Amino acid sequence: MQELITRAKELLENGTVARVLGWKIGDLPYNPEPAFFETAESLDKFVYNGFCGANLSKYMIEASKLEGKTLVCLKPCDTYSFNQLLTEHRVDRDKAYIIGVGCKGKLDVEKIKKTGIKGIVSISGAEADSACDTLEIDTLYGKKSCAYGDAMLERCHVCKGKEHKIYDELIGESRDTADKERFAEVEMIEAMSPEEKFAFFQKELSKCIRCNACRNVCPACSCRKCVFDSNKFDSAQKANVDSFEEKMFHIIRAFHVAGRCTDCGECSRVCPQGIPLHLFNRKFIKDIDELYGDYTAGAEAGSLAPLTDFKMDDAEPSIVNERG
Amino acid sequence: MQRIGVFVCHCGSNIAATVDVKKVVEVIRSEPGVVHAEDYQYMCSEAGQERIAIAVKEHKLTGIVVCSCSPRMHETTFRKAAERAGLNPYMVEIANIREHCSWIHKDINEGTEKAVILARAAVAKVNLNTPLYPGESRVTKRALVIGGGIAGIQTALDIADAGYEVDIVEKTPSIGGIMSQLDKTFPTLDCSACILTPKMVDAAAHEKIKLYTYSEVEKVSGFVGDFTVDIRKKARYVDADKCTGCGLCQEKCPSKKTPSEFNRGLGNRSAIYTPFAQAIPNVPVIDTDACIKFKTGKCGLCQKVCAAGAIDYTQKDEIVTEKYGAIVVATGFDTIKLDNYDEYAYNQSKDVITSLELERVMNAAGPTHGHLERLSDGKAPKEIVFIQCVGSRCSDDRGKPYCSKICCMYTAKHAMLIRDKYPDVNVTVFYIDVRTPGKNFDEFYRRAVEQYGVNYVKGQVGKVIPQPNGKLLVQGSDLLDNKQILKEADMVVLATAIEPNKDVRKIATMLTASIDTNNFLTEAHAKLRPVESPTAGIFLSGVCQGPKDIPETVSQAGAAAIKVVGLLAKDKLMTNPCTAHADELLCNGCSTCANVCPYGAISYEDKQVNDHGIRETRRIAVVNNALCQGCGACTVACPSGAMDLQGFSNRQILAEVDAICR
Amino acid sequence: MSVNNEFKPKIVAFCCNWCSYAGADLAGSSRLAYPADVKIIRVPCSCRVNPMFILRAFEKGADGVIICGCHPGDCHYSTGNYYARRRMTLLFSMLDYIGVEKGRARVEWVSAAEGVKFADTMNSFVSKIKDLGENVRLGDIRCKN
Repeated sequence: MQELITRAKELLENGTVARVLGWKIGDLPYNPEPAFFETAESLDKFVYNGFCGANLSKYMIEASKLEGKTLVCLKPCDTYSFNQLLTEHRVDRDKAYIIGVGCKGKLDVEKIKKTGIKGIVSISGAEADSACDTLEIDTLYGKKSCAYGDAMLERCHVCKGKEHKIYDELIGESRDTADKERFAEVEMIEAMSPEEKFAFFQKELSKCIRCNACRNVCPACSCRKCVFDSNKFDSAQKANVDSFEEKMFHIIRAFHVAGRCTDCGECSRVCPQGIPLHLFNRKFIKDIDELYGDYTAGAEAGSLAPLTDFKMDDAEPSIVNERG
Repeated sequence: MQRIGVFVCHCGSNIAATVDVKKVVEVIRSEPGVVHAEDYQYMCSEAGQERIAIAVKEHKLTGIVVCSCSPRMHETTFRKAAERAGLNPYMVEIANIREHCSWIHKDINEGTEKAVILARAAVAKVNLNTPLYPGESRVTKRALVIGGGIAGIQTALDIADAGYEVDIVEKTPSIGGIMSQLDKTFPTLDCSACILTPKMVDAAAHEKIKLYTYSEVEKVSGFVGDFTVDIRKKARYVDADKCTGCGLCQEKCPSKKTPSEFNRGLGNRSAIYTPFAQAIPNVPVIDTDACIKFKTGKCGLCQKVCAAGAIDYTQKDEIVTEKYGAIVVATGFDTIKLDNYDEYAYNQSKDVITSLELERVMNAAGPTHGHLERLSDGKAPKEIVFIQCVGSRCSDDRGKPYCSKICCMYTAKHAMLIRDKYPDVNVTVFYIDVRTPGKNFDEFYRRAVEQYGVNYVKGQVGKVIPQPNGKLLVQGSDLLDNKQILKEADMVVLATAIEPNKDVRKIATMLTASIDTNNFLTEAHAKLRPVESPTAGIFLSGVCQGPKDIPETVSQAGAAAIKVVGLLAKDKLMTNPCTAHADELLCNGCSTCANVCPYGAISYEDKQVNDHGIRETRRIAVVNNALCQGCGACTVACPSGAMDLQGFSNRQILAEVDAICR
Repeated sequence: MSVNNEFKPKIVAFCCNWCSYAGADLAGSSRLAYPADVKIIRVPCSCRVNPMFILRAFEKGADGVIICGCHPGDCHYSTGNYYARRRMTLLFSMLDYIGVEKGRARVEWVSAAEGVKFADTMNSFVSKIKDLGENVRLGDIRCKN
């Protein structure tokens, strides 16, 4: 982390960048927040550790409109999002100085809490520099520990890899964290009966409070104005907000990002209700891979998204009926 | 709020028999926006249309719903009626209560109920209709023909004769195309050059035709009536204005080992060359890959011998930008590569040749000066075997699934010509089917069999095996006699499948013209619009659209020309107002829409916008209304819903959905 | 004859103007009957059909939605139905995934010459929807009670 701060200061001071986009220390030890730093001094609050899950690429949409370059810290998975935004002309490559930061898997405090650990005071082992396998946790009730892997976000268990797809320079080591089958959860649902599937999603989706956190954090949901907020589909009307929007929000949102979603997992990470929203996106990814050939959004800037492409011998929609 | 009038047609008893029209009128009156409803025997009659006009005045109508037959039948009629009554024609919607209702339902209650719902949906839509105005675009009265074969030449001549300027862009140094390589033509056995050369000369001499030979289309922008095209004139290294075409440079050129393209590689040409004697223009080009001067810096003999001083080694490619109102694709064809057909030993033996190579062998200006001889040893052949459908009608991906159409006829021609000139030569043709539809075609084929004694064997050849004695052992089957045939031949001629010119894909992309799986350009309608591309202003001539013989090509070339003339004769084009439109404040500028647009109608501009007080420059999609055909692909691709289609807007369709599901 | 309490499904058919709508016209002029439950909405091309239209129809109480377009390769706009095919395949797969009965939404390619196919398609679709019964799930996927 120190190397990162030193380099950021250097780039600020020599005028290469006008600001730094990173994370700052939050109110609690496990909730650092995305932040802009405009002076070398303000970097004292800069932090980069296992809890810095937030994908900063979406902030580059606004940063691209500012004077001068912005130094942005991107983890390997964040670079896919950045590339996708680049493909969609939403960010300006020339306005970004990308430092690819190392990643050892990002942590989810909820997972730690689920193991029964309460009253967390501080956590060690989450630092970016140490290759720690166990987290030592100081709690109001004494010292506890938790395996690093058990505290990782779902998305890190199915990590796309430690390679940064786009960067100006790299700082820090990354490690492979993938230890689960990416589509296992989707397959599990696919294997259910229609009644079970419906019950599963009804249960999950009834938790939704329409706080829009998923939409706000999603780098693919980068529309200036969401269709749900515009009058183009009548969905902004009071009467329809009550019905159409609410009923169909998550399906439509997933469809809108289909083929563009990099599976960054931010939607599930930020959902205050803990809805596994990534299951919608990942289903589309799985279908696209199976039906139209492997495709990873953001792996390459400028690639043609599967829904804006076709083959003459693509499967017919009736294949859905045949696929069990 | 709209003031809508609903007019329910009885269509005699066509509608009234199974739809209670009075009831429909009654019910629809209470729909929001409806201020008038009536029924009439025949709405499409003059009296019916007059009722619309009267009601528009009396009730100050702003929108109209006609419940009648299919909009495909009378939408235009009622739009015009509305226009006469002073309404915008696009304020009319049709509820199809005949084809989609009265004609298919027997029960009057059921029919009436459905008719009411269809009327309701139309009313809901009209409530959201807005006046639309067709745009106008200008027409540049000049046409471009890509390809200078017989198709391109004929199209250009016909356009020019109608009084319009036309440019031909030809990739090779001369116009003439494949037809110039042919010896004789079926079914009359005319000498190909004798009938083609005058046309080439006409094209070159025509005051309305400009030739760009040794040139390629590099970039196309614009749309119907107003295309801008960059043409790359490749450096010839010979000044066309000075060159007298004396040919001395070609004679003296020391580099004479380059396979001649014109002779299908069967003979050689010099590094400075005109492809053939009657080439137009008769100005050579220097092939820099073969030229000693370009390769080593030494030589320069051509420059020394050129009395006119036409040789200029410093010449550079030149880009010419021209404007056109219409573009004709006439890029023609080539024979397929035979690399996947090892069984015919084409790559192993010089005596296995394609039919097009045989044309050169038979031609007096060809590599053998018209003597039929084996290319391996120059001996006169006694046994010739023709193999049909090599790569045509092929079910695997080695060849092409289609019939190349011309092979049956040219093989009959070859067989006949050989038997005529060399009666001692035996000719055997292995065929799957003999296909001879065409005027005087079957008669021609039968002459080959009956009068010239050509031996036709129904069956395929499995293998051609070159023998140590120089002969070719042909293993085939005779399906009619159900026996295997082993034949020793001196020559084997392959009726090789034809395929569109390799460059056509690149050109189609530039023109946003669609292309099929076999790389043939797609016509706007297979039956009714065979010479137009679905892309407005792009026309098709010759084999680029599908296999054709010369008479068909010439007919199609003429048809394409008249379509071009019909377009160029207009001063202005009216554009369909039902096009896509991007809401500037919603557009992300993400390019998703442009990726699905089949017409290249969407471009992006950096525009100054005022988004509720925020002023900024944004990348925004701009639809060219002259190019957009209104399919709506972009509207669904657009994630933010910024793209919408006039006449079929999201809100209009949703209103219809809601009305139907109510 | 008809029984009063018989299930009358609401069915929305999106038909492209150039092929399927004309195919429906041909079915009509050939007097080929299919149930009145089917109501056709004319769109320029199958690629104009936004998944939101389909979901909206279901939400408003449609029991079945069918999208008809030109056969692949025959699209009036050359490529529209290819995009529609991918979109609808993914959408239908998603509907299946969330537990909506298979077959409530369908895509069929019907040319302008296929009046018989149009009527047959509608007959078979209506009977499928009748088998499935009323659409409950898609009206209620908001999952709030």
